[in-house]
Amino acid sequence: MTSTVGADLPLPGATTTRGAVERADTGNIARRSKRRLTSRGATIASLIIAVLWTIPTFGLFVTSLRPQDQITRSGWWEVFGKWDLTTENYQTVLGNEDLTRSFVNSIAITLPATIAPLAIAALAAYAFAWIDFRGKNIMFILVFALQIVPIQMTLVPLLTLFSRGLHAGNATLFSGFQGAGLYTQVWIAHTIFALPLAIFLLHNFIAEIPAEVIEAARVDGAGHGQIFLRIVLPLTVPAIASFAIFQFLWVWNDLLVALIFATGEASPITRTLAELTGQFGRSAYLLPAGAFIAMLVPLIVFFALQRFFVRGLLAGSTKG
Amino acid sequence: MLKQFFDWVGNLPPLAQVPVVIAAFVAVVGLLLFFLEVAPRSGRGYSILRVVVSIAVPALVLFLFGSIWWAIAIAAVLGGALFLMDYRSKQGKGYILQLVGFLAPAVFLLLIGLVYPSIQTIFAAFYSSRGRFVGLENFQWIFSQPDNLVTIRNTIIWVLVVPTVSTIAGLAYAVFIDRSRGEKFFKILVFMPMAISFVGASIIWRFIYGYREAGQSQYGILNGIVTLFGGTPVNWLQQAPLNTFLLIVVLIWVQTGFAMVVLSAAIKGVPTEQIEAAELDGTNAWQRFTNVTVPGIRSSLVVVLTTISIASLKVFDIVRTMGTAYPDTGVIANDMITLAQNFETGRSAAFAVLLFVLVLPIVIYNARIIKKQREIR
Repeated sequence: MTSTVGADLPLPGATTTRGAVERADTGNIARRSKRRLTSRGATIASLIIAVLWTIPTFGLFVTSLRPQDQITRSGWWEVFGKWDLTTENYQTVLGNEDLTRSFVNSIAITLPATIAPLAIAALAAYAFAWIDFRGKNIMFILVFALQIVPIQMTLVPLLTLFSRGLHAGNATLFSGFQGAGLYTQVWIAHTIFALPLAIFLLHNFIAEIPAEVIEAARVDGAGHGQIFLRIVLPLTVPAIASFAIFQFLWVWNDLLVALIFATGEASPITRTLAELTGQFGRSAYLLPAGAFIAMLVPLIVFFALQRFFVRGLLAGSTKG
Repeated sequence: MLKQFFDWVGNLPPLAQVPVVIAAFVAVVGLLLFFLEVAPRSGRGYSILRVVVSIAVPALVLFLFGSIWWAIAIAAVLGGALFLMDYRSKQGKGYILQLVGFLAPAVFLLLIGLVYPSIQTIFAAFYSSRGRFVGLENFQWIFSQPDNLVTIRNTIIWVLVVPTVSTIAGLAYAVFIDRSRGEKFFKILVFMPMAISFVGASIIWRFIYGYREAGQSQYGILNGIVTLFGGTPVNWLQQAPLNTFLLIVVLIWVQTGFAMVVLSAAIKGVPTEQIEAAELDGTNAWQRFTNVTVPGIRSSLVVVLTTISIASLKVFDIVRTMGTAYPDTGVIANDMITLAQNFETGRSAAFAVLLFVLVLPIVIYNARIIKKQREIR
C-alpha cells in the first residue's frame, strides 16, 4: 500500500528500492513527522490561538458568576484580586419562567428542524447523485445557488403565505397555518432554509460512494428505495451526523427566523435573551448566565457527536 | 386536515411535540420510499397497490389540505406518473416516478420557500413602497446616499476579510494540533464560539469593547489593558472605520471553529503515505503542507470559504445587537431589515437584489467547480 501510493506520485528521485526502505522506516517516520508537526513554534502558535479564542467566553463565564451589582461596575478580571462569586444568577435564570419556557421551546424547535431537512435533503441528494435525468447539472447548480438567497428576502413572502394561505381567484389552494400549532411555521421555515446547503454537502458525500456498490445492489434487484435505505444511508452516516451537528447549532442559535416565525409563546431562548438585552437595566445582569445555559446544549451535542467529524462531513469530497 | 394535525400537536406539551412530529415525518418518508421501491414491480398485487395509491393519495391530500384543487392536481400528476411508468421508459420501469418521488419534497419546499419569495422580491425592487412602478429609482436612491455607500463598502470588507482570516486561522490551528496530544480538548476551545448564539456573542464582546470615561472603573477588557498601561480609555465602537473591523473580529471568532472542524476532518483524509513519501524526498514541513496537504483538502477549502463568505454576507445579528448605536457600522443585510421594518419595501428589496448580485461571483465559481467534478465522474 505504502509503496504503490508512493510510486504513483510524480516525485523526483523515486527508485525501485525506495518502497522497501520506506516500509522499514515507517515507524520511524511516523514518529519523526509527529514531532515535526507539533514543533515548538506550532505549539506556541496553537496555544496563542486557543487562549485568544477562549478569553471572551471565559470572561462571560466569570461574569455570569458575579453578584448583580458588580457585573458592570468593574472588570471581570478583577475577581482575581477580590474573590466574590455566587451562583445566584443561575438560580434566578432557572427560576425565570420566560427563560425556562424558551429553553424548552428551543429544544422543541431544534430537533424536528434538524431531522426534517436532513431527510429531505438526503433524498434529493441521492437523486442528484445516482438517478440520471436531463438538466440534472443545471438544476443542481440552481439548488446550490439558492444558498445565497438572503433569508431576509424570503421572510415576508413566506410569512404572508403562512398566514393568509394561497388563493387563485376564489379557490383556496392552501388555507395557511393561521393558528396551527406553536412551532409549525418555524419548523417549516428552518427546513426550507437548510435545504440548499444540506443537499449540496450531502451530494458531495453520496456521489463518492463507489458506483460498483450501487450497481451490484441494482443487479440483485434492489430498487432506488432499497438502495437508498440499505446502502446509501448507512454509508452516509458520518456526513449526516456532521451536518446534523451544524444544523442543530445553527437552528439553536438562530435569531432571524425566530424573530419572524417563533412569536410569543413559541419564542426560543435566543429571542428571549435578545429581548432581555433590549430592556437594558432591569434584567440585563441575567444575560451572561442565560447565555451560558443556552450554550450548554450545543456543547453537549458537539461532545456527543464529535467522533463523526474525524471521518466527517466532506471527507468524501477531498478526493474531488 | 393538516392544519388540525398541527393544531392537535400544538396543544401537546412542547417536548411531547418533538417525538410526535418526528414520528409522523419519518412515517411519511418511509411510506414514500416503500411505495417508490415497490411501485415499478410487476404482478397483480403491485398493480392493485398502484390503483389504491392513485386513489388514496389524492383523497388524503383532499383530507389534509382541505383543498379540492390540490387533490385534482396531485391525482393528475400521480396518474400521469403511473402511466409513464407502465409506458416503460428507456431508463427502466418506474424511472420518472422514482425521480419525482426523490426530488419532489425538496423541490416543492424550495419553490415555495426560496424561489417564489426571491422572484417576488426582485419585482418589489422596481416598485415604490406604495406599489407604484418606479423603475430603477430605488437603486438610484441606494447609490445616491452617502450612508448607503458606507453600508456597501462595509459589506464588501466583511465578505473579503472574514472568510480569509477565519479560514487561515482555522487551517493553521487544525494543522498545528493535528495528531497532537489533547487534540480533542484543543478543538473544543476553538469550537466553543460556534456553540454561542450571536446574541450571546454580543454580550461577551460587550465585556471586551466596553467603555467608561477615564477615571472610572473599566468593565471592557481592552480598556482595562489600556488603562493598566496608563493610557486613556478609548470608546472603541465609536471609532469609524475601526468599529467595523472590531465587529468583524466577532464573526471571525465564531467562524474559525467551523473552518477548523471541517478542515481538520479533511486533513485526516489526506493519505499519510503521500506525506511520508514527500518527506522521504527531503521536503520541509512548509513544502509538504503546500504541495501535499493543501491540494488534498482543496475542495473542502472551497466549501469552507464559500460557506463563510455567504454567512458574512448574510450577517445581521452582530451588527444589530452591537453596532446600531454607533456610526458607520451598517451592512446590507441589516439595513435591509431596518428598511423593511419601516415599511420601505421597495428600497429594502433593492438592497436584497444588490446582495444577490454581490454573491454571484461565488456562485459562478462554485458552478464551474461542480461542472468540472461532474466531467471527471
